[in-house]
Amino acid sequence: MTDKPDWRPSANIANNKMKNEVLHQIRQYFEFHNVLEVDTPILGRSTITDVHLDAMSTVHTNPLSTQKTQMYLQTSPEYFMKRLLCSGYPSIFQIAKCFRDDEVGTHHNPEFTMLEWYRLDFAMEELIHDVESILRLTLGVDGIEALSYQEAFSKYLSIDVFGVSLLELMEFCEQQGFEHYVNSVKQIGDDDSRKDMLLQLLFSERIEAKIGNILPTVITHFPASQASLAKLNMADSRVAQRFEVYYRGMELANGFEELGCERDLRTRFERDNIQRSCLGKATRDLDEKFLQAHSYGLPACSGVALGIDRLLMIKSGASDIGEVQTFSYERV
Amino acid sequence: MANFSTNEFKAGLKIMLDGEPCNILENEYVKPGKGQAFNRVKIRKLISNKVLEKTFRSGESVEGADVLDIELSYLYSDGEFWHFMNNETFEQIAADEKALGDSIKWLVENDLCTITLWNGTPISVTPPNFVELEIAETDPGLKGDTAGTGGKPATLTTGAVVRVPLFVQTGEVIKVDTRSGEYASRAQK
Repeated sequence: MTDKPDWRPSANIANNKMKNEVLHQIRQYFEFHNVLEVDTPILGRSTITDVHLDAMSTVHTNPLSTQKTQMYLQTSPEYFMKRLLCSGYPSIFQIAKCFRDDEVGTHHNPEFTMLEWYRLDFAMEELIHDVESILRLTLGVDGIEALSYQEAFSKYLSIDVFGVSLLELMEFCEQQGFEHYVNSVKQIGDDDSRKDMLLQLLFSERIEAKIGNILPTVITHFPASQASLAKLNMADSRVAQRFEVYYRGMELANGFEELGCERDLRTRFERDNIQRSCLGKATRDLDEKFLQAHSYGLPACSGVALGIDRLLMIKSGASDIGEVQTFSYERV
Repeated sequence: MANFSTNEFKAGLKIMLDGEPCNILENEYVKPGKGQAFNRVKIRKLISNKVLEKTFRSGESVEGADVLDIELSYLYSDGEFWHFMNNETFEQIAADEKALGDSIKWLVENDLCTITLWNGTPISVTPPNFVELEIAETDPGLKGDTAGTGGKPATLTTGAVVRVPLFVQTGEVIKVDTRSGEYASRAQK
């Protein structure tokens, strides 16, 4: 029996056309709103410190030097786009190929297409309206629902995310049948990262299926410990100006009202690195060019990243991300 | 025994969980946005035979289980143990009633069975897919009866009870599918 490799594409032509139409609609939308399209490098000398996101790396050989340079494929165009904003660019958008290590599944391909945009002088709520407009335009939805992270846990699991202790949370997870996961989490990280890991598990396994089934659901105000690069809320510092959009079982977009303070960013990156080492992961060198740009100054803005492949999966009814990419991971 | 990380998990891998050897049936990777990834893993516990879903943290390692399947022919039972032999080395192994479970009623002398060993000890016995056994007792059926009437129960020499067509009689040897416990045909003479 011969086992010949399958050379054919994983997406059909109809899905390719659908992708072109969607990208065309998006470009028209941003042109109308005076948002400038940009194109930033995919290959960079630095990468993110995110605890649970890892970049793929490669080595560049310089013909005029014996030195080989370690370089990273970008996990999102965020850092380069923010450097543009710091330098004086207006509101910008980009449709970029991004790469993430250690991610393969029906909703994940190591290489994927991201729509990322930044709006100057937009607060989080205004940017959420922008996301809604894009979803109305591309998917024909009739609107969106919004729920805070705290409300979602209280509504679906009767858990107060800010009142609950790590111990109570572990007990709850054990009752829900996650005793093995709880034991595994006990052996790594610090208390803060453990609490976040359990909250993230409960969100994925016990809440996600209940939201975003009719209208896309926006979850707002993530706990400060999961702020990533979002500003903390002025009125309630327990929460961050971060939101995520869920629709039909898919995590579609992640947005922030952007943190601009160089010192706070550095503190967060350093905290990431501490957590990375707690989890037995390599720490990352901080992106000093990115930090330097912020010491010069990031204008007040909000930004969001939206997965184009997932948007197309919803629009076409595909169950695997490969159906909307010409060649999926197995076929490249 | 070696440890296995979640990215080595695949159907058929044997791991230890709660002190019991388990067989992985399915492994699904889930990655929340900026959160810790996890794996939804469907496993079968090899001693209790229970199937359950467990959530593993992606990247965690678990101990592998020293589980081995071997083919041995069934020799005899002494009432306490059931004895099997390797036809090539003539080495013998005895399994207890717990390891046999429901398989007891399908054991036919000289049939090749699959014995699952954990650390060298039998934990389960799987009979061949089809076995031939004699009917010890069944009600006399009507001659000329055709299939589709639902049949009648027949007790086999091992104690197994199987529904057979009405025309099959006591003393006949029949072929039974051990996976479903259903009558397949009369034995080939």
